[in-house]
Amino acid sequence: MDIIKKASAGTLESSDVYVEIEPGTQGIQLELESVVEQQFGDSIRALVQEVLAEYGVENARLHIADRGALDCVIRARVETAVARGKGE
Amino acid sequence: MNNKVVSSLREAIELTGLKSGMTVSFHHHLRNGDYVLNMVMAEIARMGIRDLTVNASSLFDIHAPLLQHIENHVVTKIQTDYMSGVLGKAISRGIMETPVEFRTHGGRPSDIELGRTPIDVAFIAAPAADGMGNCSGKYGKSACGSLGYAYPDAMNAKKVVVITDNLVPYPLLDWSIPETYVDYVVTVDAIGDPNGIVSGTTKITRDPVGLVMADRAAQVIRHSGLLKDGFSFQTGAGGASLAAAKFLKDIMLKENIHGSFGSGGITGYMVDMLNEGCFQSLMDVQCFDLKAVESIRTNPRHQEISASHYASPSARSAVVDSLDVVILGATEVDTDFNVNVHTDSNGYIMGGSGGHSDTAAGARLSMIIAPLFRARLPIVTDRVNCISTPGRDIDVLVTQAGIAVNPKDAELRQRLVDAGLPIVDIHELKELAERTTGAPTHIAKGDRVVANVIYRDGTLLDTIRNVPAK
Repeated sequence: MDIIKKASAGTLESSDVYVEIEPGTQGIQLELESVVEQQFGDSIRALVQEVLAEYGVENARLHIADRGALDCVIRARVETAVARGKGE
Repeated sequence: MNNKVVSSLREAIELTGLKSGMTVSFHHHLRNGDYVLNMVMAEIARMGIRDLTVNASSLFDIHAPLLQHIENHVVTKIQTDYMSGVLGKAISRGIMETPVEFRTHGGRPSDIELGRTPIDVAFIAAPAADGMGNCSGKYGKSACGSLGYAYPDAMNAKKVVVITDNLVPYPLLDWSIPETYVDYVVTVDAIGDPNGIVSGTTKITRDPVGLVMADRAAQVIRHSGLLKDGFSFQTGAGGASLAAAKFLKDIMLKENIHGSFGSGGITGYMVDMLNEGCFQSLMDVQCFDLKAVESIRTNPRHQEISASHYASPSARSAVVDSLDVVILGATEVDTDFNVNVHTDSNGYIMGGSGGHSDTAAGARLSMIIAPLFRARLPIVTDRVNCISTPGRDIDVLVTQAGIAVNPKDAELRQRLVDAGLPIVDIHELKELAERTTGAPTHIAKGDRVVANVIYRDGTLLDTIRNVPAK
């Protein structure tokens, strides 16, 4: 089941990440801004794709503002945003 | 001569004979509330003088108008001990042709006195002054306390201009810088914004990780063998450092230990330690908060010292040479204990040594307090992006996950192990952090040198390269 409504999770506090998700039609469109883009940008993008695949999300637009969150935090925020976006 | 008061800043600058290509200097006790550097540089720009070197003991975000003067070639070279983020970012982008010269709070006065960095005109921001130029930082609406960093400028510049918003009848008693060095006095409406000059109060951290580190730091000092009568101590104004000072105070009071002195930039916490008997005196080169300003004004045991007296490596001796313990911060520490306080994790300039490497060189125990990682970036790296203080001068790194002791300090390490403190190898701290954060990709560096980091003895310690545009 795909994303049916706009949803978000997380905060803009240091060491957290703010995830916004909304319905899309052209696969996964991911916009990431991160304070650790240089050091971890690619690994964050890969992790987000991985979580979306796990939850069967094939079409969605995401805007992610990362303030240096650990992988476990990013995973939790994306999972929550997906659940909210699916109307769960 | 009736007095040295001239009618305007412009007239004072004209009288000094300032010309293109010369060097002007400023001190930073008004910190991020300073109006003086900007008003002087604006007047100089209006007068058509160009190609100046600015030698400032520190530069803050309020000094952002310097960027315009750099663009217009009014300023073509900067010498400083510290530069905060707004200027640092622009410098890191490569806006200056000539690299910035970073010195330390001890190296700067040393190089001024040795004639390596001669000053043509020094501008002294004075919260109180009389008409002959006797001046002090202790009185007036813009009071900042100590004027320590301004002494070498006043004593060695070819011309000295005192700028004040509080002209008092001659003679100003309890002066810091005497009239003997001063050529001209200028009065202005305000030399600074009191809210930016000193903090109302500096506060200890409430972050649990910070408190764990602070407690460990105090325990390291307790078991170092140095905490006994005559003990001397310096700490920064960061939240965890202040918490460590508070824990240390509790230990000193409980065990009835009477220290000798506290030094450096002084906060209300150090004033409390003085007043409660932890120290005989405070040696103050700069006040960080209102309580420190009040104390230096009223307590004769709270002594103002010059930058040279504080930390100069070429003075016959300096306060840092008598220091037992210093607590310092870091943006990065590498596995050889080298410390970076100049650049952020993306390579942008956002700080500087200040007294970091001076106190580290002088103190018997130099301790870094830093969390294992900040916003996903491990503190311990294979090699810091910039060496601000060489690892040979650092003894201990305190993190929430363990304490690393420099291998050169075998005896200290044994003392701390015997005391039951969690001692780990510094490489373990790096691995521990990376297990949680992942291993960061190295940042891209440009090929142009934008700043040279000059060690306190005048040798080149490291270079900072530009950050390439994305």
